[in-house]
Amino acid sequence: MPVKPLSYYRERYIRHQPSPFCPGCGNGIILNCFARAVDELGLDQDRILCVSGIGCSAWIPSPHFNSDTLHTTHGRALAFATGAKVFNSDLTVVVFTGDGDGAGIGGNHLIHAARRNIDITTILVNNLSYAMTGGQIAPTTLHGSRTITSPYGNPENPFDLCRLVAAAGATYVARWTAYHVVELTRSMEEAIKNRGFSFIEVISPCPTRQRRIFGFRNPIYEVPSRIMEMLVESTYIRGREPKGHYCYAIPRAGVKEALEAVETELGRRDLGAGVRQVDHLRWGTVLRVDCAGPEELDSVKELLGEVPEVERVVGALEGKVELGVFVRERRPEFVESLREVMRRAGGV
Amino acid sequence: MLPPGKHLVLGNIACAEGAIRAGCRFFAGYPITPANEITQHMAEELPRVGGYFLQMEDEIASMAAVIGASWAGAKAMTATSGPGFSLMQENIGYAYMTETPCVVVDVQRSGPSTGQATMPSQQDFYQARYGAHGDYEAVVLSPWSVQEMFDLTVRAFNLAERFRTPVILLADGMIGHMMEKLVIPEKVETVERRRPAGASCTPFGTEDPSLVPEMPRFGEGYRLLVTGSSHDPTGRRDYSPRVMEAKLRRMREKILRAEGEVRDIVEAGMGDARIAVLSYGASARPSYGAVMKARKEGIRAGLMRLRTLWPFPEEYLSKVAGEVEAFLVVEMNLGKAVREVERAVHGRVEVTPLTRVGGVVPTVEEVYQAIRRVDECL
Ligand SMILES: Cc1ncc(C[n+]2csc(CCOP(=O)(O)OP(=O)(O)O)c2C)c(N)n1
Ligand code: SF4
Ligand SMILES: [Mg+2]
Repeated sequence: MPVKPLSYYRERYIRHQPSPFCPGCGNGIILNCFARAVDELGLDQDRILCVSGIGCSAWIPSPHFNSDTLHTTHGRALAFATGAKVFNSDLTVVVFTGDGDGAGIGGNHLIHAARRNIDITTILVNNLSYAMTGGQIAPTTLHGSRTITSPYGNPENPFDLCRLVAAAGATYVARWTAYHVVELTRSMEEAIKNRGFSFIEVISPCPTRQRRIFGFRNPIYEVPSRIMEMLVESTYIRGREPKGHYCYAIPRAGVKEALEAVETELGRRDLGAGVRQVDHLRWGTVLRVDCAGPEELDSVKELLGEVPEVERVVGALEGKVELGVFVRERRPEFVESLREVMRRAGGV
Repeated sequence: MLPPGKHLVLGNIACAEGAIRAGCRFFAGYPITPANEITQHMAEELPRVGGYFLQMEDEIASMAAVIGASWAGAKAMTATSGPGFSLMQENIGYAYMTETPCVVVDVQRSGPSTGQATMPSQQDFYQARYGAHGDYEAVVLSPWSVQEMFDLTVRAFNLAERFRTPVILLADGMIGHMMEKLVIPEKVETVERRRPAGASCTPFGTEDPSLVPEMPRFGEGYRLLVTGSSHDPTGRRDYSPRVMEAKLRRMREKILRAEGEVRDIVEAGMGDARIAVLSYGASARPSYGAVMKARKEGIRAGLMRLRTLWPFPEEYLSKVAGEVEAFLVVEMNLGKAVREVERAVHGRVEVTPLTRVGGVVPTVEEVYQAIRRVDECL
């Protein structure tokens, strides 16, 4: 595949620049992946309809993607898209939605669109909060997370959106992060090609809100890369178990004290293990200890269990979010079924 | 579809028949009494004429799907009643903002809330006008018979296409559930939205004196920007006060400029009337009977029956106020249109309300007695 210059994509697919997104936002990356997916598929831009709701994620296509765009009310993009797709099934309809938009206020439309298996691709940007309105709890915010509406920790639990949408009947379901641009782009292509309801959840950085949610005290310009690293640390791709032999040590109090204590202990035993501080979606800022092999890992785990500054030791996979394609199925598509209804009624 | 000619049908069926003849090919709805027969008839008839019927997950989605379909090129409609009409309001506002032609039928039932699900009212008079937030000019029609369920549904589609705006057919549970003669004409006049002829188009601005911009559809290569946010004539989001103010004033003006065309008042006995009875929809039926009875008894009463409720015919009523001595306003709510009448009349003549709630339609005798009381005070 010949490499095309950025200017090619920009001129062809992107309009009304600059984008309004904060530096380090995942939305620009997602727009970029989408443009590449459309290009790769060779789709006719005049027949693409991008529908979005309300939220930062809704601004990915509107007004930036150079096709028809329909920027609707909060949570309702899928219902608007359903009307347009049914009446003109030649359109390639792609819905961009947020975690609040698509899974909160619009959650009902999401499961029903999946149930109908209407030929619409939905890209849901999961930035773990209601970003546009200031970073409130969303249906994806992790238990215990501190947001501006959960100052003492989130009492609720997040949805597993892929399992939800799969159970509702979607015929293509995948999850990626904004770090996994190659996989995400391929996945968008596959989703668009699927003749049915396709759903891609993209876990995405929002430095502006997540800085507070994750308690990052760095200067703002350091936050985007720290979030990206965190996304890599806390996820693994289905069927590709994490490489290496490592575990995490969750500090009892300060991470610095724990790091010092673990370094001292490891140095004393000479187990050939390295320790460093990492950020993890599920565990927060913790210590990661990498070992040479499985036996060493067992010994390290035992050792860590005895360090008073360490509260708990968890395995590499524990608490990680699974990425990949979860559903590839075939079921009757909604608009085709409507055509069948029309045939039975004698209307065609 | 029923063939042209005479039929004995429900008002709701007449509405659905009118819609299909007006060119409606997309319907999205959600079950609710007393609007169910419209939905049911659409489910049966639309696929037969190559149209699409969708039962959505709720009324919010129904309204949304109607707007999406309209931009894809459909003449589209939904039908509901009070609780569903409330749920639709945000997206009806979106339709105003994006100047999306569509028809919303509210077969009014008695409320608030679940109220009396099977019984009629005229309580949504203001909701039909002011239900969505923000500023806009609503077009609301009010049928009083099965025939008018057909005729005014056709008119609703034509006005929606003509003005590029949602039009609300404010029916009620009595008219919707009543059986009466319907005459379906051989041919029905229809209006189509203005479409762009050239390669470029400003879908939200126009130099045309109608102030109604051309409306392309999705998939034609215009790369449309349709948004509920403030936008310039090209559709691009623009929050500047100048842009939003111009947009709102134009959207209002496109309807008000043509008020004469939208206005629809049926008069009876108004020529020599001292007492003007104003009513609409179901309550206009006993009002008509009462006016006729009063005239037989020598009381000079006349009826003004509004078939277009909004824009409210202020100018017309102001003129009538100079010609009569009293107004009687008959409606099935605790007093809604009467406020508008008072505003138009401006204290020049006495305005008396006759209001009924609880799911009942006033009787001829009730209205007649009210006319007599007004007459005695003259
Ligand atoms: C009916 C309605 N309620 C509330 C809002 C306010 N609002 C605007 S954006 C937003 C949150 C969007 O969150 P999400 O979908 O996660 O998008 P993000 O900004 O995080 O990308 C809310 C609640 C609205 N516009 N409409
Ligand atoms: S608030 Fe968050 S999601 Fe919104 S533009 Fe900024 S970084 Fe992106
Ligand atoms: Mg969000």
